[in-house]
Amino acid sequence: MTFVIAGSCVSDYSCVEVCPANCIHPTADEPDYVTAEQLYIDPTTCVDCGACVEACPVDAASDAADLAPRLAQNLRLVNAEYYEFAGRRG
Amino acid sequence: MYAAGHLAEHPAGTWIDGTLVSRAPGRVEVDVFDRLPTPWGLVRSGVAPDHPQKKDVAGVFEEIATRDGVRLIGNVEVGRDVTADELAQWYHAVVYAVGAREGRRLDVPGAELAGSCTAHDLVAWYNGHPDFAAAGPVLSGERAVVIGNGNVALDVARVLSMSPEDAARTDIAVHAEDALRASAIREVVIVGRRGPEQAAFTNPELEELMALDMVDIIVDGAEFPTDESPATTAAGARRKRLLAELLARQPRGLPRRIRLMFGHNPSRIIGAEFVTAIELTSTSGHTTVLDAGLVVAAIGYASVAIPGLPFNDVAKVIPSSAGRVDGLAGIYVTGWIKRGPSGVIGTNKWCARQTVGALFDDVNDGLIARRHPLSHAEVLETLTCRGASPVLWNQWRTIDAHERAQGMASQRPRLKVTSRHELLELAHG
Repeated sequence: MTFVIAGSCVSDYSCVEVCPANCIHPTADEPDYVTAEQLYIDPTTCVDCGACVEACPVDAASDAADLAPRLAQNLRLVNAEYYEFAGRRG
Repeated sequence: MYAAGHLAEHPAGTWIDGTLVSRAPGRVEVDVFDRLPTPWGLVRSGVAPDHPQKKDVAGVFEEIATRDGVRLIGNVEVGRDVTADELAQWYHAVVYAVGAREGRRLDVPGAELAGSCTAHDLVAWYNGHPDFAAAGPVLSGERAVVIGNGNVALDVARVLSMSPEDAARTDIAVHAEDALRASAIREVVIVGRRGPEQAAFTNPELEELMALDMVDIIVDGAEFPTDESPATTAAGARRKRLLAELLARQPRGLPRRIRLMFGHNPSRIIGAEFVTAIELTSTSGHTTVLDAGLVVAAIGYASVAIPGLPFNDVAKVIPSSAGRVDGLAGIYVTGWIKRGPSGVIGTNKWCARQTVGALFDDVNDGLIARRHPLSHAEVLETLTCRGASPVLWNQWRTIDAHERAQGMASQRPRLKVTSRHELLELAHG
């Protein structure tokens, strides 16, 4: 399973507040929060609990398996890519 | 402690209340004032009608507004029904979250012509804001030109390109749906100053635009200066992918088009009384004249000064530090009136958290405890004695239920009441 956040995210970080694995970024305390287009789930640390899906007030978080294949593919890429670039920045 | 949050045009106000009340449950009472009879600011009057998911954030506000200690007092305006000085006397602390009530106007010849308007006014009109319900644009030209390419510009282009049938399934104001039914607009041109990689819209909004099935999205490749250097951020990489897909697209010959133009500024709006064309100048100095019946300035929102409070007329904000208004103990700001009109809905929760942190620090330091606030009953009595007609939570619920019931009858999420008079009649029975 992979959980992903879609572009309809409004960055209200309800998901960050309930995530037991601290795998959703940027958090409101991180410097790129203010300029981020949306929040992203790190697929390598996500524990597939689904707490973010429950918490999101605008239904932006979901299990990629529940989405249309093309959308799921794009969102998997978009979410993972955020962490790839964050890793490169160190 | 008694605190007043002034919600007005901005959702930040509700997060203030949520943060205040959850920081000190049972010890804080918050009155939320709104100048309109309806709450939720831009979530009601700003978010595009075809973005119903984003409006679901109102569910969070409803939960906060119904907590013990939080009270909505709608249809009360600072400067009209109560002064800033009075509020400072009535409460231990006052938080202004009034947002930005105006759109920035173009500074070019012809900007004053009929048919030239701001995105702020157009958005407020199609969303049924009572102050803008009567001032609709004429959608008689075949082309509309939007200046600026932030997310609001994309909202405006999508709504102007909406079919009347699609519009009728949203909560768009009925007067706007009627105007779309009669609209001659077949092309909306979105004009941006910078190149596509630096354009102000976000990737999610561009993806949504590109996913429209009844509108061709067209970019002129010749004016598309491609940047060969590799992306340095995830958003940059996502942008490059989207732009490559956009350039590879062939128009499908659909009846409506949205055209993205980059590297151009407006230099002149042309027309005798009504707009008939706009002259654009490219960054290299080349001019283009486009026939147009509507020119929309989507170049940002601006806050307006509140009588009795300081105001920075250049930055269009109330000057503050960490949310504390300069020179006024116990007076705070949050949202766009504090940091300027930028960010997404959730940014205001983050912003409110800082302001409430400062407020509680001030309480703990004994800086704002010496006041003698009015009780809730005294506040309401004072307001009604001077002729104000406050709209309280249950009265808003009556309006809300009416709008939803009317909407259900015609397969819409809600049918908005757009006249202040009618809203007040519903509220007060």
